[in-house]
Amino acid sequence: MSSNQLKTMRDIFIDGVYEKMKKNKQIFFLSADFGAPALDKLRKDFKDRFINVGIAEQNLINIAAGLALENYIVYAFAIAPFMTMRTYEQIRQNLSISSQINPVNVNLIGVGTGLSYDLSGPSHHCLEDISIMRLLPNFIVFSPSDGKLVDEFVDYSIRIKKPKYLRFDSKPLPLLYDEIQDLNLENGFYELKKGKKICLVSTGYMTHTALRVAKKINDIGIVDAFILKPLNEKLLFKTLAKYDYVITIEEGFINNGGLDSLISKILHDNQSNVKLINRLGINDKHIFDLGERDYLHKLNNCDKESIIKIIRDINE
Amino acid sequence: MMPNINELKKKALWVRKETLEIYRITSDIRLASSLSPVEIFVALYYGKILKYNPKNTRWEGRDRFIISKPHGAVSLYPILADLGFFDKKELKRVCQKSSFLGSIPDAIVPGFETVNGALGHGLGVACGIALGLKKKNSHSKVFILSGDGELNEGAVWEAIMFASHHRLDNLILIIDNNKISMLDYCKNIIDLTPLEEKFRIFKWKVKTVNGHNIKEVYDSLKSLKEEKGNYPKVLIANTIKGKGVPQLENNPLCHIKSLKEDEIINVLKDYYEL
Repeated sequence: MSSNQLKTMRDIFIDGVYEKMKKNKQIFFLSADFGAPALDKLRKDFKDRFINVGIAEQNLINIAAGLALENYIVYAFAIAPFMTMRTYEQIRQNLSISSQINPVNVNLIGVGTGLSYDLSGPSHHCLEDISIMRLLPNFIVFSPSDGKLVDEFVDYSIRIKKPKYLRFDSKPLPLLYDEIQDLNLENGFYELKKGKKICLVSTGYMTHTALRVAKKINDIGIVDAFILKPLNEKLLFKTLAKYDYVITIEEGFINNGGLDSLISKILHDNQSNVKLINRLGINDKHIFDLGERDYLHKLNNCDKESIIKIIRDINE
Repeated sequence: MMPNINELKKKALWVRKETLEIYRITSDIRLASSLSPVEIFVALYYGKILKYNPKNTRWEGRDRFIISKPHGAVSLYPILADLGFFDKKELKRVCQKSSFLGSIPDAIVPGFETVNGALGHGLGVACGIALGLKKKNSHSKVFILSGDGELNEGAVWEAIMFASHHRLDNLILIIDNNKISMLDYCKNIIDLTPLEEKFRIFKWKVKTVNGHNIKEVYDSLKSLKEEKGNYPKVLIANTIKGKGVPQLENNPLCHIKSLKEDEIINVLKDYYEL
Protein backbone atom coordinates (compact mmCIF):
# COMPACT_ATOMS: atom_id res chain seq x y z
CA MET A 1 0.00 0.00 0.00
CA SER A 2 2.90 2.35 0.60
CA SER A 3 3.12 2.94 -3.15
CA ASN A 4 -0.31 4.56 -2.82
CA GLN A 5 1.13 7.18 -0.46
CA LEU A 6 1.45 9.86 -3.13
CA LYS A 7 -1.23 8.71 -5.51
CA THR A 8 -4.57 10.42 -6.02
CA MET A 9 -7.79 8.61 -5.20
CA ARG A 10 -8.68 8.39 -8.88
CA ASP A 11 -5.37 6.71 -9.76
CA ILE A 12 -5.66 4.22 -6.90
CA PHE A 13 -9.22 3.35 -7.87
CA ILE A 14 -8.52 3.11 -11.60
CA ASP A 15 -5.52 0.85 -10.93
CA GLY A 16 -7.85 -1.40 -8.93
CA VAL A 17 -10.49 -1.43 -11.66
CA TYR A 18 -7.76 -2.12 -14.26
CA GLU A 19 -6.80 -5.30 -12.41
CA LYS A 20 -10.46 -6.38 -12.29
CA MET A 21 -10.93 -5.67 -16.01
CA LYS A 22 -8.15 -8.13 -16.83
CA LYS A 23 -10.26 -11.01 -15.53
CA ASN A 24 -13.79 -9.68 -15.66
CA LYS A 25 -14.95 -9.04 -19.23
CA GLN A 26 -18.23 -7.59 -17.96
CA ILE A 27 -16.66 -4.29 -16.97
CA PHE A 28 -16.91 -1.09 -19.02
CA PHE A 29 -15.12 2.15 -18.16
CA LEU A 30 -16.59 5.36 -19.59
CA SER A 31 -15.22 8.87 -19.39
CA ALA A 32 -16.61 12.26 -20.34
CA ASP A 33 -13.26 13.28 -21.84
CA PHE A 34 -11.69 13.37 -18.40
CA GLY A 35 -8.38 11.71 -17.61
CA ALA A 36 -5.97 10.49 -14.97
CA PRO A 37 -2.43 9.14 -15.25
CA ALA A 38 -3.70 5.64 -14.40
CA LEU A 39 -6.34 5.88 -17.09
CA ASP A 40 -3.78 6.00 -19.92
CA LYS A 41 -2.91 2.35 -19.40
CA LEU A 42 -6.54 1.31 -19.05
CA ARG A 43 -7.68 2.98 -22.25
CA LYS A 44 -4.76 1.55 -24.16
CA ASP A 45 -5.16 -2.03 -22.91
CA PHE A 46 -8.97 -2.21 -22.96
CA LYS A 47 -9.78 -0.33 -26.15
CA ASP A 48 -13.07 -2.17 -26.60
CA ARG A 49 -14.28 -1.55 -23.05
CA PHE A 50 -13.07 1.98 -22.53
CA ILE A 51 -15.24 4.63 -24.13
CA ASN A 52 -14.70 8.35 -24.14
CA VAL A 53 -18.23 9.62 -24.73
CA GLY A 54 -16.97 13.17 -25.25
CA ILE A 55 -17.86 16.28 -23.28
CA ALA A 56 -21.36 14.95 -22.81
CA GLU A 57 -22.05 14.05 -19.20
CA GLN A 58 -25.78 13.52 -19.74
CA ASN A 59 -25.05 10.93 -22.38
CA LEU A 60 -22.33 9.46 -20.13
CA ILE A 61 -25.01 8.52 -17.61
CA ASN A 62 -27.45 7.25 -20.23
CA ILE A 63 -24.87 5.06 -21.98
CA ALA A 64 -23.83 3.71 -18.57
CA ALA A 65 -27.46 2.97 -17.69
CA GLY A 66 -28.03 1.14 -20.98
CA LEU A 67 -24.92 -1.01 -20.55
CA ALA A 68 -25.93 -1.79 -16.96
CA LEU A 69 -29.37 -2.95 -18.16
CA GLU A 70 -27.46 -5.48 -20.29
CA ASN A 71 -25.79 -6.67 -17.06
CA TYR A 72 -22.46 -4.93 -17.46
CA ILE A 73 -20.63 -3.39 -14.51
CA VAL A 74 -20.01 0.21 -15.45
CA TYR A 75 -17.66 2.91 -14.19
CA ALA A 76 -18.33 6.45 -15.36
CA PHE A 77 -15.70 9.12 -14.85
CA ALA A 78 -16.07 12.91 -14.88
CA ILE A 79 -15.41 16.08 -12.90
CA ALA A 80 -17.59 15.93 -9.77
CA PRO A 81 -19.88 18.98 -10.22
CA PHE A 82 -20.65 18.05 -13.83
CA MET A 83 -21.04 14.37 -12.98
CA THR A 84 -23.73 15.15 -10.42
CA MET A 85 -25.39 18.42 -11.32
CA ARG A 86 -25.26 18.50 -15.12
CA THR A 87 -26.85 15.09 -15.11
CA TYR A 88 -29.21 15.02 -12.17
CA GLU A 89 -32.25 14.01 -14.17
CA GLN A 90 -30.37 11.28 -16.05
CA ILE A 91 -29.16 9.98 -12.69
CA ARG A 92 -32.59 10.21 -11.12
CA GLN A 93 -34.54 8.54 -13.91
CA ASN A 94 -32.09 6.05 -15.39
CA LEU A 95 -30.20 5.02 -12.25
CA SER A 96 -32.14 5.86 -9.09
CA ILE A 97 -35.67 5.06 -10.32
CA SER A 98 -34.64 2.38 -12.80
CA SER A 99 -32.58 0.43 -10.25
CA GLN A 100 -35.68 -0.08 -8.14
CA ILE A 101 -36.99 -2.30 -10.96
CA ASN A 102 -33.86 -3.92 -12.43
CA PRO A 103 -30.37 -4.16 -10.91
CA VAL A 104 -28.12 -1.40 -12.21
CA ASN A 105 -24.44 -1.50 -11.27
CA VAL A 106 -23.20 1.93 -12.29
CA ASN A 107 -20.39 3.60 -10.38
CA LEU A 108 -20.18 7.34 -10.86
CA ILE A 109 -16.68 8.56 -10.09
CA GLY A 110 -16.74 12.31 -9.50
CA VAL A 111 -13.31 13.86 -9.15
CA GLY A 112 -12.73 17.23 -7.51
CA THR A 113 -15.26 17.33 -4.71
CA GLY A 114 -15.52 20.22 -2.30
CA LEU A 115 -12.90 22.83 -3.03
CA SER A 116 -10.40 20.45 -4.66
CA TYR A 117 -10.35 22.82 -7.61
CA ASP A 118 -9.69 25.76 -5.32
CA LEU A 119 -8.45 28.11 -8.04
CA SER A 120 -11.07 27.33 -10.68
CA GLY A 121 -13.96 29.28 -9.20
CA PRO A 122 -17.49 28.32 -8.20
CA SER A 123 -18.38 26.53 -11.46
CA HIS A 124 -15.79 23.89 -10.53
CA HIS A 125 -16.43 23.83 -6.79
CA CYS A 126 -18.60 20.91 -5.71
CA LEU A 127 -20.32 21.83 -2.46
CA GLU A 128 -23.79 20.41 -3.11
CA ASP A 129 -23.03 16.79 -4.01
CA ILE A 130 -23.35 15.25 -0.53
CA SER A 131 -26.86 16.67 -0.09
CA ILE A 132 -28.21 15.97 -3.55
CA MET A 133 -26.76 12.50 -3.98
CA ARG A 134 -27.81 11.38 -0.50
CA LEU A 135 -31.33 12.36 -1.45
CA LEU A 136 -31.66 9.74 -4.18
CA PRO A 137 -33.28 6.42 -3.21
CA ASN A 138 -31.30 3.27 -4.03
CA PHE A 139 -27.98 5.17 -4.20
CA ILE A 140 -24.79 4.50 -2.27
CA VAL A 141 -22.69 7.59 -1.52
CA PHE A 142 -19.00 7.03 -0.88
CA SER A 143 -16.92 9.92 0.47
CA PRO A 144 -13.46 8.54 1.27
CA SER A 145 -10.73 10.32 3.15
CA ASP A 146 -7.84 8.19 1.93
CA GLY A 147 -6.52 5.82 -0.69
CA LYS A 148 -6.83 2.69 1.41
CA LEU A 149 -10.61 3.13 1.63
CA VAL A 150 -10.67 3.77 -2.11
CA ASP A 151 -8.75 0.57 -2.73
CA GLU A 152 -11.15 -1.40 -0.49
CA PHE A 153 -14.10 0.01 -2.39
CA VAL A 154 -13.08 -1.64 -5.69
CA ASP A 155 -14.33 -5.10 -4.64
CA TYR A 156 -17.41 -3.61 -3.01
CA SER A 157 -18.29 -1.73 -6.21
CA ILE A 158 -18.37 -4.97 -8.17
CA ARG A 159 -20.18 -6.98 -5.52
CA ILE A 160 -22.99 -4.53 -4.73
CA LYS A 161 -25.23 -4.19 -7.78
CA LYS A 162 -26.56 -0.72 -7.13
CA PRO A 163 -25.89 2.75 -8.43
CA LYS A 164 -23.12 4.46 -6.50
CA TYR A 165 -21.57 7.89 -6.32
CA LEU A 166 -17.88 8.01 -5.46
CA ARG A 167 -16.76 11.50 -4.50
CA PHE A 168 -12.99 11.74 -4.87
CA ASP A 169 -10.68 14.54 -3.86
CA SER A 170 -8.50 15.63 -6.77
CA LYS A 171 -5.31 16.01 -4.68
CA PRO A 172 -3.14 13.20 -3.29
CA LEU A 173 -3.87 12.83 0.43
CA PRO A 174 -1.87 10.99 3.12
CA LEU A 175 -3.05 7.47 3.96
CA LEU A 176 -5.04 7.16 7.19
CA TYR A 177 -6.14 3.54 7.16
CA ASP A 178 -2.93 1.79 6.18
CA GLU A 179 -2.31 0.34 9.65
CA ILE A 180 -5.93 -0.23 10.62
CA GLN A 181 -6.91 -3.90 10.86
CA ASP A 182 -10.52 -3.79 12.04
CA LEU A 183 -12.03 -1.68 9.28
CA ASN A 184 -15.54 -2.69 8.23
CA LEU A 185 -16.31 -0.75 5.08
CA GLU A 186 -20.05 -1.35 5.25
CA ASN A 187 -20.34 0.33 8.65
CA GLY A 188 -19.68 3.53 6.70
CA PHE A 189 -17.56 5.18 9.38
CA TYR A 190 -14.56 4.60 11.62
CA GLU A 191 -13.49 6.16 14.91
CA LEU A 192 -9.97 7.16 13.92
CA LYS A 193 -9.22 8.59 17.34
CA LYS A 194 -10.97 7.92 20.60
CA GLY A 195 -11.46 10.95 22.83
CA LYS A 196 -13.48 12.52 25.59
CA LYS A 197 -16.19 15.15 25.70
CA ILE A 198 -15.88 16.46 22.12
CA CYS A 199 -16.03 14.43 18.91
CA LEU A 200 -15.32 15.80 15.44
CA VAL A 201 -17.29 14.00 12.73
CA SER A 202 -15.87 14.70 9.32
CA THR A 203 -15.82 13.34 5.78
CA GLY A 204 -13.36 13.36 2.88
CA TYR A 205 -10.64 15.99 2.90
CA MET A 206 -11.89 17.53 6.16
CA THR A 207 -10.91 14.41 8.11
CA HIS A 208 -7.31 15.47 7.49
CA THR A 209 -8.10 18.91 8.94
CA ALA A 210 -9.73 17.22 11.95
CA LEU A 211 -6.60 15.14 12.51
CA ARG A 212 -4.45 18.27 12.38
CA VAL A 213 -6.71 19.81 15.03
CA ALA A 214 -6.30 16.69 17.17
CA LYS A 215 -2.54 17.15 17.14
CA LYS A 216 -3.08 20.43 19.01
CA ILE A 217 -5.95 19.32 21.25
CA ASN A 218 -5.26 15.86 22.61
CA ASP A 219 -8.47 14.58 24.09
CA ILE A 220 -10.92 15.09 21.20
CA GLY A 221 -12.34 12.14 19.30
CA ILE A 222 -12.44 11.83 15.52
CA VAL A 223 -14.99 9.91 13.51
CA ASP A 224 -14.47 9.66 9.77
CA ALA A 225 -17.75 9.12 7.89
CA PHE A 226 -16.90 7.61 4.51
CA ILE A 227 -20.16 6.08 3.35
CA LEU A 228 -22.85 8.69 3.76
CA LYS A 229 -25.62 6.43 2.49
CA PRO A 230 -26.35 3.86 3.76
CA LEU A 231 -24.31 3.56 6.95
CA ASN A 232 -24.69 1.71 10.23
CA GLU A 233 -26.57 4.45 12.07
CA LYS A 234 -27.08 2.38 15.19
CA LEU A 235 -23.38 1.76 15.61
CA LEU A 236 -22.53 5.35 14.77
CA PHE A 237 -24.91 6.53 17.47
CA LYS A 238 -23.34 4.15 19.95
CA THR A 239 -19.97 5.66 19.11
CA LEU A 240 -21.17 9.25 19.42
CA ALA A 241 -23.08 8.56 22.63
CA LYS A 242 -19.77 8.38 24.53
CA TYR A 243 -19.26 12.09 23.97
CA ASP A 244 -20.97 15.26 25.23
CA TYR A 245 -20.54 17.36 22.13
CA VAL A 246 -20.32 16.67 18.41
CA ILE A 247 -18.97 19.02 15.76
CA THR A 248 -19.46 18.15 12.09
CA ILE A 249 -16.96 19.28 9.47
CA GLU A 250 -17.54 18.95 5.74
CA GLU A 251 -16.31 20.69 2.62
CA GLY A 252 -19.83 21.37 1.46
CA PHE A 253 -22.72 23.73 2.12
CA ILE A 254 -23.90 23.39 5.71
CA ASN A 255 -27.46 23.27 7.10
CA ASN A 256 -28.86 21.87 3.86
CA GLY A 257 -28.81 18.10 3.85
CA GLY A 258 -25.12 17.31 4.10
CA LEU A 259 -23.12 15.43 6.72
CA ASP A 260 -24.44 17.81 9.40
CA SER A 261 -28.04 16.87 8.60
CA LEU A 262 -27.17 13.19 8.71
CA ILE A 263 -25.57 13.46 12.17
CA SER A 264 -28.32 15.74 13.44
CA LYS A 265 -30.92 13.17 12.37
CA ILE A 266 -29.09 10.30 14.06
CA LEU A 267 -28.78 12.21 17.35
CA HIS A 268 -32.38 13.40 17.19
CA ASP A 269 -33.84 9.98 16.37
CA ASN A 270 -32.05 8.47 19.34
CA GLN A 271 -33.27 11.22 21.70
CA SER A 272 -29.67 11.70 22.59
CA ASN A 273 -28.22 14.02 25.20
CA VAL A 274 -25.21 14.44 22.95
CA LYS A 275 -25.31 17.94 21.56
CA LEU A 276 -24.49 18.78 17.94
CA ILE A 277 -22.88 22.01 18.98
CA ASN A 278 -21.42 23.20 15.71
CA ARG A 279 -21.87 22.47 12.01
CA LEU A 280 -18.75 23.52 10.16
CA GLY A 281 -18.41 23.78 6.43
CA ILE A 282 -19.18 26.23 3.68
CA ASN A 283 -21.70 28.99 4.36
CA ASP A 284 -24.66 29.61 2.10
CA LYS A 285 -22.70 31.57 -0.53
CA HIS A 286 -20.69 30.64 -3.61
CA ILE A 287 -17.00 31.39 -3.34
CA PHE A 288 -15.34 33.72 -5.84
CA ASP A 289 -12.34 34.39 -3.59
CA LEU A 290 -9.13 32.94 -4.91
CA GLY A 291 -6.56 31.33 -2.71
CA GLU A 292 -5.33 28.05 -1.34
CA ARG A 293 -7.86 25.65 0.03
CA ASP A 294 -7.01 26.43 3.66
CA TYR A 295 -7.53 30.13 2.98
CA LEU A 296 -11.00 29.41 1.57
CA HIS A 297 -11.70 27.31 4.65
CA LYS A 298 -10.59 30.18 6.88
CA LEU A 299 -13.09 32.47 5.15
CA ASN A 300 -15.75 29.94 6.11
CA ASN A 301 -14.57 29.35 9.65
CA CYS A 302 -13.62 25.73 9.06
CA ASP A 303 -9.83 25.83 8.83
CA LYS A 304 -7.63 24.25 11.50
CA GLU A 305 -7.12 27.44 13.52
CA SER A 306 -10.82 28.35 13.54
CA ILE A 307 -11.76 24.86 14.68
CA ILE A 308 -9.16 24.93 17.46
CA LYS A 309 -10.60 28.24 18.67
CA ILE A 310 -14.15 26.86 18.60
CA ILE A 311 -13.09 23.84 20.67
CA ARG A 312 -11.15 25.95 23.17
CA ASP A 313 -14.23 28.16 23.62
CA ILE A 314 -16.35 25.10 24.38
CA ASN A 315 -13.77 23.79 26.83
CA GLU A 316 -13.76 27.08 28.67
CA MET B 1 -43.67 -14.42 -43.64
CA MET B 2 -45.45 -11.34 -44.90
CA PRO B 3 -48.34 -10.50 -42.59
CA ASN B 4 -51.82 -9.93 -43.94
CA ILE B 5 -52.02 -6.16 -44.36
CA ASN B 6 -55.80 -6.13 -44.00
CA GLU B 7 -55.47 -7.94 -40.69
CA LEU B 8 -52.97 -5.32 -39.52
CA LYS B 9 -55.34 -2.54 -40.55
CA LYS B 10 -58.09 -4.18 -38.50
CA LYS B 11 -55.73 -4.42 -35.55
CA ALA B 12 -54.92 -0.71 -35.81
CA LEU B 13 -58.62 0.12 -35.76
CA TRP B 14 -59.10 -2.15 -32.76
CA VAL B 15 -56.14 -0.58 -30.90
CA ARG B 16 -57.61 2.91 -31.38
CA LYS B 17 -60.98 1.70 -30.15
CA GLU B 18 -59.42 0.11 -27.07
CA THR B 19 -57.41 3.27 -26.41
CA LEU B 20 -60.62 5.29 -26.50
CA GLU B 21 -62.15 2.80 -24.10
CA ILE B 22 -59.22 3.38 -21.73
CA TYR B 23 -59.82 7.12 -22.08
CA ARG B 24 -63.40 6.52 -20.95
CA ILE B 25 -61.98 5.00 -17.75
CA THR B 26 -59.42 7.74 -17.23
CA SER B 27 -59.07 11.06 -19.00
CA ASP B 28 -55.63 11.39 -17.36
CA ILE B 29 -53.98 9.64 -20.31
CA ARG B 30 -52.48 11.60 -23.22
CA LEU B 31 -54.96 10.42 -25.81
CA ALA B 32 -53.79 12.37 -28.86
CA SER B 33 -50.14 11.40 -28.31
CA SER B 34 -51.15 7.75 -27.97
CA LEU B 35 -53.15 7.72 -31.21
CA SER B 36 -50.35 8.80 -33.56
CA PRO B 37 -47.99 5.80 -33.14
CA VAL B 38 -50.66 3.07 -33.41
CA GLU B 39 -49.58 1.72 -36.83
CA ILE B 40 -45.96 1.67 -35.60
CA PHE B 41 -46.94 -0.49 -32.60
CA VAL B 42 -49.11 -2.75 -34.75
CA ALA B 43 -46.34 -3.31 -37.32
CA LEU B 44 -43.76 -4.01 -34.61
CA TYR B 45 -45.88 -6.45 -32.59
CA TYR B 46 -48.52 -8.00 -34.90
CA GLY B 47 -46.26 -7.66 -37.95
CA LYS B 48 -43.66 -9.53 -35.86
CA ILE B 49 -40.87 -7.10 -36.65
CA LEU B 50 -39.94 -7.41 -32.97
CA LYS B 51 -38.74 -10.61 -31.37
CA TYR B 52 -40.46 -10.86 -27.99
CA ASN B 53 -41.59 -13.37 -25.40
CA PRO B 54 -44.58 -12.34 -23.28
CA LYS B 55 -43.89 -15.12 -20.79
CA ASN B 56 -40.25 -14.14 -20.28
CA THR B 57 -39.97 -10.41 -20.78
CA ARG B 58 -36.23 -10.46 -19.96
CA TRP B 59 -35.54 -13.21 -22.53
CA GLU B 60 -31.98 -12.56 -23.74
CA GLY B 61 -32.86 -13.13 -27.40
CA ARG B 62 -35.57 -10.46 -27.51
CA ASP B 63 -35.28 -7.23 -29.44
CA ARG B 64 -35.23 -4.27 -27.08
CA PHE B 65 -37.96 -1.70 -27.64
CA ILE B 66 -37.27 1.54 -25.79
CA ILE B 67 -40.21 3.89 -25.64
CA SER B 68 -38.84 7.35 -25.13
CA LYS B 69 -42.29 9.00 -25.27
CA PRO B 70 -44.22 6.71 -22.93
CA HIS B 71 -47.03 9.22 -22.44
CA GLY B 72 -47.87 8.38 -26.04
CA ALA B 73 -47.76 4.64 -25.50
CA VAL B 74 -50.99 3.96 -23.63
CA SER B 75 -52.16 2.50 -26.96
CA LEU B 76 -49.58 -0.23 -26.44
CA TYR B 77 -51.46 -1.50 -23.36
CA PRO B 78 -54.18 -3.31 -25.35
CA ILE B 79 -51.56 -4.87 -27.62
CA LEU B 80 -49.43 -6.14 -24.73
CA ALA B 81 -52.51 -7.49 -22.96
CA ASP B 82 -53.73 -9.17 -26.15
CA LEU B 83 -50.34 -10.83 -26.63
CA GLY B 84 -50.28 -12.12 -23.06
CA PHE B 85 -47.76 -9.79 -21.40
CA PHE B 86 -50.37 -9.24 -18.71
CA ASP B 87 -54.02 -10.03 -18.03
CA LYS B 88 -56.57 -8.30 -20.26
CA LYS B 89 -58.64 -7.53 -17.17
CA GLU B 90 -55.95 -4.98 -16.25
CA LEU B 91 -57.08 -2.78 -19.15
CA LYS B 92 -60.21 -1.96 -17.19
CA ARG B 93 -58.10 -0.67 -14.31
CA VAL B 94 -55.77 1.83 -16.01
CA CYS B 95 -54.93 4.63 -13.56
CA GLN B 96 -57.07 2.99 -10.87
CA LYS B 97 -55.82 2.39 -7.34
CA SER B 98 -53.23 -0.43 -7.16
CA SER B 99 -53.09 -0.90 -10.94
CA PHE B 100 -49.63 -1.02 -12.51
CA LEU B 101 -50.88 0.65 -15.69
CA GLY B 102 -50.44 4.38 -15.20
CA SER B 103 -50.96 7.31 -17.51
CA ILE B 104 -47.22 7.15 -18.27
CA PRO B 105 -46.02 3.55 -18.59
CA ASP B 106 -42.88 2.62 -16.66
CA ALA B 107 -40.66 -0.44 -16.62
CA ILE B 108 -42.92 -2.01 -14.00
CA VAL B 109 -45.31 -2.76 -16.89
CA PRO B 110 -44.35 -6.11 -18.46
CA GLY B 111 -43.05 -5.32 -21.94
CA PHE B 112 -41.58 -1.92 -21.09
CA GLU B 113 -37.80 -1.96 -20.79
CA THR B 114 -36.92 1.38 -19.23
CA VAL B 115 -38.18 4.28 -17.14
CA ASN B 116 -38.78 7.14 -19.56
CA GLY B 117 -41.32 9.63 -18.28
CA ALA B 118 -38.89 12.53 -18.60
CA LEU B 119 -38.25 13.10 -22.29
CA GLY B 120 -35.02 12.90 -24.21
CA HIS B 121 -33.41 9.98 -22.38
CA GLY B 122 -34.53 6.97 -24.40
CA LEU B 123 -32.06 7.22 -27.26
CA GLY B 124 -29.03 7.60 -24.97
CA VAL B 125 -29.99 4.59 -22.85
CA ALA B 126 -30.75 2.68 -26.06
CA CYS B 127 -27.23 3.48 -27.32
CA GLY B 128 -25.81 1.90 -24.15
CA ILE B 129 -28.00 -1.16 -24.66
CA ALA B 130 -27.00 -1.37 -28.35
CA LEU B 131 -23.33 -1.15 -27.42
CA GLY B 132 -23.77 -3.90 -24.82
CA LEU B 133 -25.56 -6.15 -27.32
CA LYS B 134 -22.80 -5.68 -29.90
CA LYS B 135 -20.22 -6.57 -27.29
CA LYS B 136 -22.13 -9.80 -26.61
CA ASN B 137 -22.28 -10.50 -30.38
CA SER B 138 -26.04 -10.60 -29.98
CA HIS B 139 -28.34 -10.58 -33.00
CA SER B 140 -30.99 -8.64 -31.08
CA LYS B 141 -31.83 -5.15 -32.30
CA VAL B 142 -32.73 -2.03 -30.39
CA PHE B 143 -35.81 -0.09 -31.52
CA ILE B 144 -36.61 3.28 -30.01
CA LEU B 145 -39.82 5.26 -30.31
CA SER B 146 -39.27 8.98 -29.92
CA GLY B 147 -41.49 11.98 -30.40
CA ASP B 148 -40.55 14.85 -32.68
CA GLY B 149 -41.07 17.49 -29.98
CA GLU B 150 -38.71 15.47 -27.82
CA LEU B 151 -35.92 16.24 -30.28
CA ASN B 152 -35.69 19.69 -28.66
CA GLU B 153 -33.91 18.03 -25.74
CA GLY B 154 -30.14 18.49 -26.03
CA ALA B 155 -29.31 15.05 -24.62
CA VAL B 156 -30.98 13.49 -27.69
CA TRP B 157 -28.34 15.07 -29.91
CA GLU B 158 -25.53 13.84 -27.68
CA ALA B 159 -26.91 10.37 -28.35
CA ILE B 160 -27.43 10.98 -32.10
CA MET B 161 -23.74 11.87 -32.40
CA PHE B 162 -22.70 8.92 -30.24
CA ALA B 163 -24.74 6.38 -32.23
CA SER B 164 -23.14 7.21 -35.56
CA HIS B 165 -19.63 7.63 -34.19
CA HIS B 166 -19.86 4.17 -32.63
CA ARG B 167 -21.54 2.74 -35.75
CA LEU B 168 -24.48 1.30 -33.85
CA ASP B 169 -25.96 -0.58 -36.80
CA ASN B 170 -28.19 -2.58 -34.45
CA LEU B 171 -30.14 0.54 -33.52
CA ILE B 172 -33.33 1.72 -35.24
CA LEU B 173 -34.90 4.97 -34.12
CA ILE B 174 -38.54 5.56 -35.03
CA ILE B 175 -39.73 9.15 -34.84
CA ASP B 176 -43.45 9.57 -34.36
CA ASN B 177 -43.41 12.78 -36.36
CA ASN B 178 -46.83 14.08 -35.35
CA LYS B 179 -45.65 17.69 -35.61
CA ILE B 180 -47.42 18.98 -32.53
CA SER B 181 -46.09 19.27 -29.00
CA MET B 182 -47.99 20.51 -25.97
CA LEU B 183 -48.72 24.11 -26.85
CA ASP B 184 -48.29 24.47 -30.58
CA TYR B 185 -47.04 23.05 -33.86
CA CYS B 186 -43.40 22.04 -33.40
CA LYS B 187 -42.35 24.18 -36.37
CA ASN B 188 -43.57 27.29 -34.51
CA ILE B 189 -41.54 26.39 -31.43
CA ILE B 190 -38.25 25.02 -32.79
CA ASP B 191 -38.35 24.38 -36.51
CA LEU B 192 -36.37 21.19 -37.17
CA THR B 193 -37.03 20.98 -40.89
CA PRO B 194 -35.46 19.50 -42.88
CA LEU B 195 -35.25 16.72 -40.31
CA GLU B 196 -34.05 14.10 -42.81
CA GLU B 197 -31.09 16.28 -43.71
CA LYS B 198 -30.12 16.73 -40.09
CA PHE B 199 -29.93 12.98 -39.54
CA ARG B 200 -28.05 12.45 -42.83
CA ILE B 201 -25.45 15.03 -41.85
CA PHE B 202 -25.04 13.16 -38.57
CA LYS B 203 -24.32 10.00 -40.64
CA TRP B 204 -27.57 8.17 -40.05
CA LYS B 205 -29.48 6.17 -42.65
CA VAL B 206 -32.85 7.89 -43.04
CA LYS B 207 -36.18 6.66 -44.34
CA THR B 208 -39.44 8.58 -44.32
CA VAL B 209 -42.92 7.06 -44.49
CA ASN B 210 -46.57 7.85 -44.03
CA GLY B 211 -46.87 6.62 -40.46
CA HIS B 212 -50.51 5.63 -40.91
CA ASN B 213 -49.93 3.49 -43.98
CA ILE B 214 -49.40 0.18 -42.28
CA LYS B 215 -47.82 -1.47 -45.32
CA GLU B 216 -45.29 1.33 -45.70
CA VAL B 217 -44.49 1.26 -41.99
CA TYR B 218 -44.14 -2.52 -41.97
CA ASP B 219 -42.00 -2.68 -45.12
CA SER B 220 -39.68 0.10 -43.95
CA LEU B 221 -39.16 -1.32 -40.49
CA LYS B 222 -38.50 -4.75 -41.93
CA SER B 223 -35.95 -3.50 -44.44
CA LEU B 224 -34.25 -1.26 -41.89
CA LYS B 225 -34.00 -4.17 -39.49
CA GLU B 226 -32.44 -6.41 -42.11
CA GLU B 227 -30.20 -3.81 -43.71
CA LYS B 228 -26.50 -4.25 -43.05
CA GLY B 229 -24.33 -1.17 -42.79
CA ASN B 230 -22.05 0.63 -40.45
CA TYR B 231 -24.60 3.20 -39.38
CA PRO B 232 -27.62 3.67 -37.15
CA LYS B 233 -31.00 4.01 -38.85
CA VAL B 234 -33.96 6.29 -38.37
CA LEU B 235 -37.49 5.94 -39.65
CA ILE B 236 -39.32 9.24 -39.74
CA ALA B 237 -42.98 8.29 -39.59
CA ASN B 238 -45.17 11.22 -40.59
CA THR B 239 -48.23 10.90 -38.42
CA ILE B 240 -51.25 12.85 -37.30
CA LYS B 241 -51.54 13.62 -33.63
CA GLY B 242 -54.95 12.45 -32.43
CA LYS B 243 -55.40 10.20 -35.52
CA GLY B 244 -58.84 8.64 -35.57
CA VAL B 245 -60.59 11.27 -33.46
CA PRO B 246 -61.74 14.21 -35.62
CA GLN B 247 -61.87 16.64 -32.69
CA LEU B 248 -58.17 16.02 -32.03
CA GLU B 249 -56.67 15.55 -35.49
CA ASN B 250 -54.36 18.44 -36.31
CA ASN B 251 -55.67 20.57 -33.50
CA PRO B 252 -52.52 22.31 -32.17
CA LEU B 253 -53.86 22.00 -28.63
CA CYS B 254 -54.93 18.35 -28.93
CA HIS B 255 -52.32 17.32 -26.35
CA ILE B 256 -54.29 19.01 -23.62
CA LYS B 257 -57.79 19.00 -25.09
CA SER B 258 -60.20 16.85 -23.16
CA LEU B 259 -63.21 15.14 -24.64
CA LYS B 260 -66.53 14.64 -22.92
CA GLU B 261 -68.01 11.19 -22.42
CA ASP B 262 -70.71 11.73 -25.06
CA GLU B 263 -68.13 12.97 -27.57
CA ILE B 264 -66.12 9.78 -27.09
CA ILE B 265 -69.24 7.62 -27.43
CA ASN B 266 -70.14 9.39 -30.65
CA VAL B 267 -66.65 8.87 -32.06
CA LEU B 268 -66.82 5.20 -31.11
CA LYS B 269 -70.23 4.84 -32.78
CA ASP B 270 -69.29 6.76 -35.91
CA TYR B 271 -65.86 5.26 -36.56
CA TYR B 272 -65.38 2.18 -34.43
CA GLU B 273 -68.68 0.31 -34.75
CA LEU B 274 -69.59 0.52 -31.08
